[in-house]
Amino acid sequence: MIPLIQREVVEKHHWLENKEFVELLALAQTSPGPMAVNAAVFVGYKRRSLIGSLVASLGITLPSFLIILIIAMYLIGFRENHYVESFFKGIRPAVVALIAAPLYSLGRSMKIGWGGILLAASVAATIAFAGISPATMVVVVALLGLLHGIIRKKPEAD
Amino acid sequence: MQLYLDLFVSFFKIGLFGFGGGYAMLPLIKHEVVNAPHQWLSMIDFTDIVAISQITPGPVAVNMATYVGYSVSGSVFGSLLATIGVCLPPLLIMLIISKFYLKFRKNKYVEMAFSALRPGIIGLIAAAAISLMSPHNFIDRTSIVIFAVIFIASLLKIHPIKLIILSGVAGLILY
Repeated sequence: MIPLIQREVVEKHHWLENKEFVELLALAQTSPGPMAVNAAVFVGYKRRSLIGSLVASLGITLPSFLIILIIAMYLIGFRENHYVESFFKGIRPAVVALIAAPLYSLGRSMKIGWGGILLAASVAATIAFAGISPATMVVVVALLGLLHGIIRKKPEAD
Repeated sequence: MQLYLDLFVSFFKIGLFGFGGGYAMLPLIKHEVVNAPHQWLSMIDFTDIVAISQITPGPVAVNMATYVGYSVSGSVFGSLLATIGVCLPPLLIMLIISKFYLKFRKNKYVEMAFSALRPGIIGLIAAAAISLMSPHNFIDRTSIVIFAVIFIASLLKIHPIKLIILSGVAGLILY
């Protein structure tokens, strides 16, 4: 989705310069929620403040909203269909593979190291096996990061 | 009325804690819509919506909100309410960030929290993959073969849409 946003926002309409777009990517990852929505809010705000943000976020959610609504309203009846069911039987394990496969390259691009791998594994295990709420884990991990940062900063300050 | 309120609150929570976007939001969504107390979707429905999200445009969290909102309440209003719920926290937070972004960018506390949140996001995505490895999605040996083939093809950077369609066609032939 990122190249698509870049083409519209930077190349076609010149709403942002390339440097600002790179900053936008960093900021959009700081905020929770879908990356595309965050990008829309930022670009909208930059050009036309609050109204711009609202219009841009409406624009980015409306197509998916309508498409999924049509699927929910009409396509669900087809789920009983033998061919549709066979199609989905093939797709389900593929979806899991598509989620699992990018983990390795993602970890490498983030340069997370052994400490990071341990942290990621603990987060995955507590959510998947211990049934702890992911929202709780997000808060715990953010606090851990803060604590770690503050403890490490201390000796330098003294 | 209670149902509408539940839908809004659940998806608001998903929007509020959904750091990392995309797949990293899946455990959060699953926790709200598949697990108790709501159980709005079965594991199979959940996986199918993730699959549909990969072949249609738009963020998976928005797709999930729209789908669950409609299928649970049977009305467009429920669908709209869940979608607004999931978009509202990112909208508000991103507005604040946009306003103060020069200060925010260099904030050392934000950077500290994110030094742990980044690997945390990988953990969230791994949790999504693990919880989807259920008997509902892996019904037989063929499922495992499909998983292995798509896993390797994905490492070779073949486009996800092609792989989804390929596995669907494989499903049509094999089942």
